[in-house]
Amino acid sequence: MTPTRAEFENELNAIRSNVTRMALLVNTAIKKAMQALETRDENLARQIIADDRHINDLRFQIEADALATIARQQPVAGDLRLIIAVMTIVPELERMADHAAGIAKIAIEMGKEPPLKPLIDLPRMAAIAQEMLTDSMRAFNAVDTAAAKHIIARDDEVDALYEQVFRELVSFMIEDPHTVTRAMYLLFIGHNLERIADRVTNICERVVFLAEGKIEETPGNDSAISLAD
Amino acid sequence: MQTQTLTRKIETENLSVFYGSFKAISDVSVEIYENNVTALIGPSGCGKSTFLRSLNRLNDLVPKTAVAGKVLLDDTDIYAPSQDVVDIRRRVGIVFQRPNPFPMSIFDNVAYGPRLYGIKKKSVLAEIVEESLRGAALWDEVKDKLDKSGLALSGGQQQRLCIARTIAIEPEVILMDEPASALDPIATLRIEELIRKLRERFTIVIVTHNMQQAARVSDYTAFFNMGDDRAGYLVEFDETDRIFTNPQQKLTEEYITGRFG
Ligand SMILES: Nc1ncnc2c1ncn2[C@@H]1O[C@H](COP(=O)(O)OP(=O)(O)OP(=O)(O)O)[C@@H](O)[C@H]1O
Ligand SMILES: [Mg+2]
Repeated sequence: MTPTRAEFENELNAIRSNVTRMALLVNTAIKKAMQALETRDENLARQIIADDRHINDLRFQIEADALATIARQQPVAGDLRLIIAVMTIVPELERMADHAAGIAKIAIEMGKEPPLKPLIDLPRMAAIAQEMLTDSMRAFNAVDTAAAKHIIARDDEVDALYEQVFRELVSFMIEDPHTVTRAMYLLFIGHNLERIADRVTNICERVVFLAEGKIEETPGNDSAISLAD
Repeated sequence: MQTQTLTRKIETENLSVFYGSFKAISDVSVEIYENNVTALIGPSGCGKSTFLRSLNRLNDLVPKTAVAGKVLLDDTDIYAPSQDVVDIRRRVGIVFQRPNPFPMSIFDNVAYGPRLYGIKKKSVLAEIVEESLRGAALWDEVKDKLDKSGLALSGGQQQRLCIARTIAIEPEVILMDEPASALDPIATLRIEELIRKLRERFTIVIVTHNMQQAARVSDYTAFFNMGDDRAGYLVEFDETDRIFTNPQQKLTEEYITGRFG
């Protein structure tokens, strides 16, 4: 069976690779945000905030391409599921980049005060979230349900770390109310990282949908401690 | 999306049709549900028309055809010796690809069937003609020229006239073989709308080469393919929503996404 829709294939491949590229940019943003935080590098933080615009642009470009493909090619079956999956994945990626920019903003504020404590669990949370993101793109490109479900399960690791961070910071605040502002900053960073991992699980749910045509919330995939989004 | 309970109107059991020694379709088992539209799709020559025509024994008219297996209409085999072919064709009407009105007036085209079945009273016939033309969404366009020739209508109007002619004898099932393929897009959409409306009163089976049309008009879709021996066989049958979002067979996916050979 030879492909008879080369042009259409090309369009789908271009959309797929743009999604992958967008995920890479997001991953870099998260990495740099954590670096800015750890090295108290205000310039780097400002750069991340400025670069967020490119990620937003890419989101809108992918959505426009997907829309045009629907209008011109009338995709069905697996092709249609790919387009629909992409339409829900790119907003997740865009919001992840917003979380990275959020971390960068807090890093700038934190640079104005002495460090509260060495950073241990937050970088760990970030590392796991980044791994999950990288793996999710692999699962997306390979349409691999098993891999996607495996990644979803890793969200628990991030949630557990976040609860640990939360408890530790609360104890700081109780002991010494002067630490409240700085502890709150760290808590917000934890919250941003926790949300990033949640969004990776949303992407993975879409990979399952792409593979199996089922839309379902994975059991146990709920946020740890709920703060405002 | 099916919510009401399904009644089986037609069922084929291992249906095979032969033209002489050539097997055109092989072992087709499928269920056609009442008041639903079932679309038959598949590559050219895979036996869609052959299958469709076997549902009202139109193949009997082709010399040297033979049928194996069963076609159950309301659980009765229409090929059983006791069956009356004329009665079967009254219960199961057919509309063809090319509109084929008779060379007579619009009124007489529609009244033709009822007259054949013995209705003579002018007022009764007039009532049937009006109701059938309304049912075929043609009444408003032709009510002032019922005495004009059916051949003087546009292609789309002619096809709706043929549908009116078919529903005038109150069939239970309407078979349609590519009923819109000779029509322009607007006339095509009108036929599609009509099919959705007719489904409330009839059971409809439609052959179409237009995937989007199958997706738009049907509730169920049957995908046929040609085997290595060139005999057509059923690859997949399912709710249309499912066929077009998540088909179970790779072959179906390749066909409906246009990746086929
Ligand atoms: N009267 C006939 N005598 C002999 N062979 C026939 C006859 N009618 C059809 N066939 C053969 O049977 C096979 C199925 O034909 P059929 O017309 O049912 O296919 P189809 O799926 O309707 O094709 P299309 O999409 O082109 O209308 C073909 O190989 C065709 O050549
Ligand atoms: Mg045919």
